[in-house]
Amino acid sequence: MHVAFPGGVQALRGVDLAVRRGEFVAVVGLSGAGKSTLLRTINRLVEPTAGTVWFEGEDLTRASADRMLEVRGQIGMIFQTFNLVRRSSVLRNVLAGRVGRLSTWRALLGWFPRDDLLIACEALRKLGIEDKAFVRADALSGGQQQRVGIARALAQQPKVMLADEPVASLDPPTSHVVMRDLRRINDDGITVLINLHFIDLAREYAGRIVGLRGGEVVYDGPARDVDDAMFEQIYGRALKADDFRGAEAEG
Amino acid sequence: MISAEPRLKGRLTLGLLAAAALYLWSTAAIGAWPGVIWEGIPSFVRLVRGMFPPNWAALPVLVDPLVQTLQIAVVGTIQGALLSIPLILLAARNVTRQGWIYYAARALLNLLRTIPELLYAAILVAVVGIGPFAGILALTVFSVAIIGKLTSESLEAIDPGPMEALEAAGANRLKTIRYAVVPQILPAFLSYTLFVFEINVRVSFVLGLVGAGGIGQLLLTALNLFRYQSALVIILVTLAAVIVIDAVSVRVRQVLV
Repeated sequence: MHVAFPGGVQALRGVDLAVRRGEFVAVVGLSGAGKSTLLRTINRLVEPTAGTVWFEGEDLTRASADRMLEVRGQIGMIFQTFNLVRRSSVLRNVLAGRVGRLSTWRALLGWFPRDDLLIACEALRKLGIEDKAFVRADALSGGQQQRVGIARALAQQPKVMLADEPVASLDPPTSHVVMRDLRRINDDGITVLINLHFIDLAREYAGRIVGLRGGEVVYDGPARDVDDAMFEQIYGRALKADDFRGAEAEG
Repeated sequence: MISAEPRLKGRLTLGLLAAAALYLWSTAAIGAWPGVIWEGIPSFVRLVRGMFPPNWAALPVLVDPLVQTLQIAVVGTIQGALLSIPLILLAARNVTRQGWIYYAARALLNLLRTIPELLYAAILVAVVGIGPFAGILALTVFSVAIIGKLTSESLEAIDPGPMEALEAAGANRLKTIRYAVVPQILPAFLSYTLFVFEINVRVSFVLGLVGAGGIGQLLLTALNLFRYQSALVIILVTLAAVIVIDAVSVRVRQVLV
């Protein structure tokens, strides 16, 4: 797969990646290595300029706009900056994960079926923040906000979860909480594809690591086989302290 | 920076000289020398004296025109706010990606804004005839322009994150606007609408001067017929209404933001 941006910047070069159902894959690399672009070509928030994206036997690059909306509904996504509507309540933010399936007129009127409310509450319960349902999102801590973001993605009842640097704005203990949430989601059978900068988190939580450098895959293999030397090769430099998130006890 | 300072000073002096020249030229052309103002003081005193005692008997007659004046402001503001909604969305770069639509919507808002509200009223009186209808139309157009311009600019500054999240979750354009854009922009929209309402209340009081309905028409008549005692009551009623409405509106806007 190739992605070239206008202006000739090549973000991804010949990336060939197959992810099996139920895997927990961490994509590691320096910022600018193409991690975010790779994640966004999967749900076509970024259009690949060449190549194909296969999802359950379907070539998404040839999918119609309407079909793409359906597919996106099956792919949850969480973000480094949480991307919540800060002034809205937690429940409202989580319900946003349901609007993809709602008819447009019902969505505009805000008429959510009872089931949608139950699904949203269940998602909040899974992340242990059901007591925050009616609190404004910006009243929560960073870690809680990210869990709202995860709950919103879970409310989609997705098959795949894309996570773009989900712990980069969190402190070490909270990072581990969020990573464990993602592991539990993975245990429920949802494929997880996560962009990570922290190599210790990648090694601890992921089953498989994909190393990206300059838009190319330079490593792809089981997480347990990756040593520091391999990471130095992926990053193209010696490892530094801030390449590690640190253990839970710290911070 | 050091070398730029004397140049800046020179420019400032030049600008002040130009302003002074413009002022002198304009006053000379109009004949507005301080002497004229001095000479005008006696007739001003006579006018103010003629206003007392205020003719409170005129008060009951004023109720209906006063209510009509405020109705013009209310209807004009609400119509303007509703009509501005599509233009707000079209004139925001982050919502409207088609360049030409965006530029057309912005151009329309700018064009509407260049014409002062009283000029709208005067033109519309000529089109639809004397009366409050012309005033309502004038305030509607004016409200669209101001609410549209201010809100679309606020809209361009919202957090793009939620829009990305909604798109990633499979929401189409309308759903994304409803769930990522509307909750972020609604407080600003309501606040600007109230702000424009405050302006519209003021304007609605003078709409009568161009025949576009409201209490202003009575004031004009009272002054023309030298009924200064009644004119004073009209002025006082106007003042009271504006003060009360402003106070309420400012309070509500504080709650919104």
